[in-house]
Amino acid sequence: MTSSHPSDAQAVSASSSARDAALHDVGATKPVLANPLTEKDETVRSPDLETREYRLQARDVCVFYGEKQALFDVSLDVPEKAVTSLIGPSGCGKTTFLRCINRMNDTIEGCRVTGKITLDGEDIYDPSLDVVELRSRVGMVFQKPNPFPKSIYENVAYGPRIHGLARSRTEMDEIVEASLKRAGLWSEVKDRLRESGTGLSGGQQQRLCIARAIAVSPEVILMDEPCSALDPIATAVIEELIDELRAHYTIIIVTHSMQQAARVSQKTAFFHLGKLIEEGPTEVIMQTPRHKKTQDYITGRIG
Amino acid sequence: MASPSSTSIKAQADRRRVRVRASLGRRHLVEWLFRGAGLTAIVIALGMVVGLFWIMISKGLPAFTQATLSAEVTFDPDIITAGPPPVRESGQSEADYRAARMAWEGQVARLNWNALVEQAVRNTAPAGMEVDRRTALALVSNIDRHNLRDMFVANPHLLGRTVKVDLLASANTDNWLKGTINRDLPDSRQQLSAATRQLADALYADGKIRFTFAWQIFTNTDSRSAPAAAGLAGAFVGSLYMMLIVIVLAVPIGAASAIYLEEFAPKNRFTDFIEVNINNLAAVPSIVFGLLGAAVFIRYFGLPMSAPIVGGLVLTLMTLPTIIIATRSALRAVPMSLRQAALGIGASHNQTVFHHVLPVTFPAILTASIIGVAQALGETAPLLLIGMNAFVAAIPATPFDKSTALPAQIFLWQGNENRNFFEARTSAAIMVLLALMITLNALAIFLRTRLERRV
Ligand SMILES: Nc1ncnc2c1ncn2[C@@H]1O[C@H](COP(=O)(O)OP(=O)(O)OP(=O)(O)O)[C@@H](O)[C@H]1O
Ligand SMILES: [Mg+2]
Repeated sequence: MTSSHPSDAQAVSASSSARDAALHDVGATKPVLANPLTEKDETVRSPDLETREYRLQARDVCVFYGEKQALFDVSLDVPEKAVTSLIGPSGCGKTTFLRCINRMNDTIEGCRVTGKITLDGEDIYDPSLDVVELRSRVGMVFQKPNPFPKSIYENVAYGPRIHGLARSRTEMDEIVEASLKRAGLWSEVKDRLRESGTGLSGGQQQRLCIARAIAVSPEVILMDEPCSALDPIATAVIEELIDELRAHYTIIIVTHSMQQAARVSQKTAFFHLGKLIEEGPTEVIMQTPRHKKTQDYITGRIG
Repeated sequence: MASPSSTSIKAQADRRRVRVRASLGRRHLVEWLFRGAGLTAIVIALGMVVGLFWIMISKGLPAFTQATLSAEVTFDPDIITAGPPPVRESGQSEADYRAARMAWEGQVARLNWNALVEQAVRNTAPAGMEVDRRTALALVSNIDRHNLRDMFVANPHLLGRTVKVDLLASANTDNWLKGTINRDLPDSRQQLSAATRQLADALYADGKIRFTFAWQIFTNTDSRSAPAAAGLAGAFVGSLYMMLIVIVLAVPIGAASAIYLEEFAPKNRFTDFIEVNINNLAAVPSIVFGLLGAAVFIRYFGLPMSAPIVGGLVLTLMTLPTIIIATRSALRAVPMSLRQAALGIGASHNQTVFHHVLPVTFPAILTASIIGVAQALGETAPLLLIGMNAFVAAIPATPFDKSTALPAQIFLWQGNENRNFFEARTSAAIMVLLALMITLNALAIFLRTRLERRV
């Protein structure tokens, strides 16, 4: 990718006027406030979205896979009810950081996390914290669509069921319908809810995974390159969806596409070789990055 | 464009193509050789299987029909002198009536039923043919007198009446008529006397002796006194009990151990040690399991010899490693993404395993279990060491009763001295065992495809 100009991306999705509107909306509501730099560490911190609350905060997070260190002292504040995108060249630790937030790293053998990540002021690595509850609050959509090999209905209903969120059958039906509608999949699957979720197309599967994640009403949704396997149309549908979800959820998205980061996110964090190099409002990072590496990356010189 | 650089590029491309072509020939040759070798291996294997089945079926099929004599049997009051069965009188206690009935049955059993058989054969023989006692009794099986007695006990009104009864021909008669014994052998080397052979031929020509379906293979137990009536029922039930024991014990224990080891157990030296030993256990020769069974279950726990319960326990031990290993590899094959999907929406470890991992591995676990059970069913060596090759002439009522098993029965028949007759019987028994195995494997395939389609 050599261009970072958002209009390139708009061309892709020009077919949908709703999408255009959504994109303009992103630009219009983006609060850009001048703020003093926080020169706490090497990371370049830009004037920030200070009006927002930061319920999710990472402080000096280091991650080791065995002997190998994959993340170095990452500190990041994630604004609430907004989209934060993580960008950076392959292998820089974006997925690793994302997995720290819902403690998915626990499932990887030999993985060790130090530092502090707080959600609502609570340390999520506190031994007294129940990781199952944490994951019900922090949902995740994986890079590769991974629906359960069960019916479409069951895919969405599973989370609410195990967490006891629906008290009756009709309530469950409502949750399933609302989640599928919000994920933009309802009209396509409403007549085949009993069919297997694995029988859907790649893009539909990914939206099903999003519906599954939002069915448990998490507070934070982590998305790891949700569009990497999708065509431009499906990508546009999901981007539109992310934009709508922003009103209710705190979203962190990993993406390799500068255009996508520009289109959907309000805050962007740039990683390089396991370090957080620069973070700030998306258009500042995209248009006037301060750090040389950030500049090189978004103009396509490294990556 | 005819610039020098473009011609050199063209020359380079040509050289490249020549090289690729040269290596192409070699690559295709290797592929063809490999395919040819594979095909040859399959043809040889298939040929052997077909050969085996051909031998088995061509040898075993004749055993499913047996020579039967349809005779006129007269329940002669001169021979059957036991009188009418006791009738329960008013005021007689249940116990007294039972005792009287038992006494009567004992009396009936002691009657000379051979005389009845002899008379029936004589009456059926062609007119003018002299049939002495030995000739008549050698023609039919020893079982017939028991059958006639049972008929009478069940229906005492037969007394004095003449009815048509199918008498089972003896094994030697069957051999003679089927030609499984060389008809040109001299008298001294024949199993039947010249008179009996002549009688058999005459009755066969008359249509009095026919070949009928040999139900006794499925309904009777093994028999030494009446080889023609020897059947598989006892061994079949014995095998069935063992199969049930293996299914009830090995499948849940095996699957549970595998799930625990793979999903829940901490990965440390101790579990590594267990894993190595389970793999070793799978490689232990089956006869060793028989020794273990004899030492532990019979000597130490005092379970009965020759009983399906011991056989079932031994086969359970033998099947466990197979099921554990297959289940573990099935669990290991579940993609990480499925586990992450479940964990990612807050399913606990337990829920992830039981709601998502197990359902997708279930078909594989089932297949492994059925194949393990089928293997156990065909196992013979350990059974020999716990006495299941004993001659047992009763169908076991419980797993604690003495019994044989199908493969042990095959082993016993194979060693029977009446080779001419039991060669076919052995093959027939093998056919029954194979049919059972094929049914089990077909069930495995059926269930697997069905369950896999569902998920
Ligand atoms: N399970 C693991 N075990 C060992 N090392 C790992 C593991 N997962 C990731 N790493 C290493 O950690 C570093 C960061 O990996 P990570 O997956 O976070 O990169 P990423 O930024 O998501 O890359 P990509 O854009 O290609 O997905 C890489 O050097 C990778 O090799
Ligand atoms: Mg990644």
